[in-house]
Amino acid sequence: MRSLGKYIIFLGNLVVRRESFSTYLSLFFDECIKIGYNSIFIVTIVSSFMGAVTTIQTAYNLVSPLIPNYVISLVVRDMTVLELAPTIIAIVFAGKVGSNIAGELGTMRITEQIDALEVMGINANSYLVLPKVLASMVTYPMLVVLAGFLSIYGGYLTSVLTGVVTGTEYVYGIRFEFIPFNVTFALIKAFVFAFLVASISAFKGFYTSGGALEVGKSSTSAVTTSCIAILCADYALAKLLLG
Amino acid sequence: MIEITNIQKSFGDKEVLKGIDGQFYKGQANLIIGSSGTGKSVLLKNIVGLIKPNEGEVLYDGRNFTHGDNNLKTEVRREMGMLFQGSALFDSMTVQQNVMFPLNVLTKMSVEEKSERVNFCLQRVGLENAHKKMPSEISGGMKKRVGIARAIVNNPNYLFCDEPNSGLDPQTSITIDNLIKEITDEYEITTVVVTHDMNSVMEIGDHIMFLYKGHKLWEGDNESILHADVEELNNFVFANKMMRRIKSNM
Repeated sequence: MRSLGKYIIFLGNLVVRRESFSTYLSLFFDECIKIGYNSIFIVTIVSSFMGAVTTIQTAYNLVSPLIPNYVISLVVRDMTVLELAPTIIAIVFAGKVGSNIAGELGTMRITEQIDALEVMGINANSYLVLPKVLASMVTYPMLVVLAGFLSIYGGYLTSVLTGVVTGTEYVYGIRFEFIPFNVTFALIKAFVFAFLVASISAFKGFYTSGGALEVGKSSTSAVTTSCIAILCADYALAKLLLG
Repeated sequence: MIEITNIQKSFGDKEVLKGIDGQFYKGQANLIIGSSGTGKSVLLKNIVGLIKPNEGEVLYDGRNFTHGDNNLKTEVRREMGMLFQGSALFDSMTVQQNVMFPLNVLTKMSVEEKSERVNFCLQRVGLENAHKKMPSEISGGMKKRVGIARAIVNNPNYLFCDEPNSGLDPQTSITIDNLIKEITDEYEITTVVVTHDMNSVMEIGDHIMFLYKGHKLWEGDNESILHADVEELNNFVFANKMMRRIKSNM
């Protein structure tokens, strides 16, 4: 409970005693590159394989001749949009970006760089963390859209190359009974997960004390806590918006 | 002038500062000395507001920094410059960017004005050719000098130095000490230096405060410290052979 209270105060401090808009603007774009652009490679790899494997495994399980082949791509589409793209990629995002944020801020803390900012009269919470949280919330939904597209495309390539579904059947399946709200739901999840990963990781890094060992522990703790928070938020949002 | 009154600080059950009073004077190098673990750095962090004291207050030219609102704290902090023990330079920035940082964030100076000021400060600390170097590419002594340049770039009224000589060879230590003293005299600022280096004490100590187990035991200058009648202080001052030799020749 104490940590939760400290986290809420930490979030409150993000929006008080801010510096000029132009200061944040350049930091925000730098963070967009570090957080979003630099994650494209890992998101591409993970989502393409995710779609490919989902296609093969769905085909493996749907053995009844009564079920048409296009159902395979329908399942891939719904799994990707509802869960795999926003949630599984969020776990990957927590591992890559979360540990990076916690490590960076933890190192800044133990080398007194954060103290240096405070002594200059700069609100270190706001200066260091706010651009990361905003950049995460802007770029992560874009990564989710990319992941969704690549996952479905990965499934298409697999189905065509292995012959489990024809290209025409696959495209028919992904268009069959499409519910646009699912995409909205995925984007809502993406915003929430991005906020959780960036803010929790920043919180863990910001309050690191000790030495290199503690920076490592903060990074690990940031990833673990972010993953748990993602899963809890995933359940809560599903219940709230779909249940 | 900085005035501290009854500063007390505990961490859990451990009482680190047990009611310290004192004044740090304008235009002087004010030194806080003492053995390791006596609370020197904790006192400095209380003075600059990185730690809040359990009791007591810090006044900056009459302004109550400890109990002031956020606006007052920000106003006072923007008059401070601080050199940290490990220099605390921003790893991702060059030397020039590090020194320019306070000007970028805290002032509305033009690019030319900022460059001019940064060049002046780097020249002042003897680093006119290090603009493009990264902190990882320069020596410990150079890092300290960059730290000093960053601390003075915004024309501070108060300069704080936490163990400015730690990890430096004796010659570089004296260079850093002299630089701090020259800057203090030149700009008439209130400088507070935490150190346990007796060379610094003898070199620049205009006003010295000796801490022992969280108490202030003695106050004076670098002349009177050699004749003080406080056992704990004498044990500290004359701990090394060279100082004992000086004492025997007195």
